[in-house]
Amino acid sequence: MAYDAVLAETVNIHGHGGDLIEAYTARPMAPGPRGGVIVIHHMPGYDRESKEVVRRFGVLGYNAICVNLYSREAPGAAPDDAAATARALGGVPDERFVGDARGAADWLRALPTSNGRVGTIGYCSGGRQAFLSSVEVDVQAAVDCYGAFVVGTPPEGFPLQVSPLTDRVPEVAAPVLGLFGNDDSYPSPAQVDELEKLLQENGKVYEFHRYDGAGHAFFSVDRPSYRPEAAKDGWGRVEAFFGEHL
Amino acid sequence: MCTYSTEKIEVTRSSGKGPGPMVDAAGSVSTGWFPLRTATVYYDHPVHAPDEHTVNIDFLAPDRGPGARLAVELSLDTAKELIAALQATVERAAYH
Repeated sequence: MAYDAVLAETVNIHGHGGDLIEAYTARPMAPGPRGGVIVIHHMPGYDRESKEVVRRFGVLGYNAICVNLYSREAPGAAPDDAAATARALGGVPDERFVGDARGAADWLRALPTSNGRVGTIGYCSGGRQAFLSSVEVDVQAAVDCYGAFVVGTPPEGFPLQVSPLTDRVPEVAAPVLGLFGNDDSYPSPAQVDELEKLLQENGKVYEFHRYDGAGHAFFSVDRPSYRPEAAKDGWGRVEAFFGEHL
Repeated sequence: MCTYSTEKIEVTRSSGKGPGPMVDAAGSVSTGWFPLRTATVYYDHPVHAPDEHTVNIDFLAPDRGPGARLAVELSLDTAKELIAALQATVERAAYH
């Protein structure tokens, strides 16, 4: 019988500016070395399902971590209250996210079981942040699950602190896997096409998959947007992609 | 669709009631009422309501922490009825 055990726990790590921030981690108990995965939670926050995804990567054989990106605005708050607070304040500034993701990457690489390789995967607003991490953070793979505003300009008067990353595409330094629903409006299929064209033109290593009958958040098992077929295929793509690069 | 689109207003001379009554560590009982400071209104994924998207309103009091929050997730039909009800009530207030 193969030994099958994962340690999952809350930890404090050093994020942007050296701040001590909360994170949730899952690590296989079997010997390494192995790659690390940074899970970037969706806009609704560091919630039960985000933690479930972290445990899934642990079970898949990775050291996984998800930083609570709302640690500073709402320490110890319920995930929905924390997300509401962060939204009212305009969301997470890119610079701070990058600092927190670098902290998570450092934490993963410092584990005795690390093989030195780290990937990111993000959902919703985290999809855009995963893409940003392929530019700003030392990662070997990045998975963008339906991140809006990688391309496309936010509407006039928009209070959230997001801007398109179009001009950063030449700096993408890791292979990118993109998973999108064709019924999504943010990002729209046209925006997905535009991003793919930019990656192509800049000679980047990428792989995009688009799903019919699926919109935004098709991986969210606890929401009406869940689409089992797209999610099942998507998980397979993620496993193959991380298997190759981590 | 995750619209991110958010309207935010300042809330003045208004109160809301959250979870309560509660007894704090010092033994004082809170009625659950607190003064509201801001409201954010957005059309996005709900946490609890059974639709893919709802009109969500968070009344917040940041000076009292993230838990000081009155939240509603309204179906589009209900939100439209609420707008009409608010409009009628605000107009009627002029005659009081």
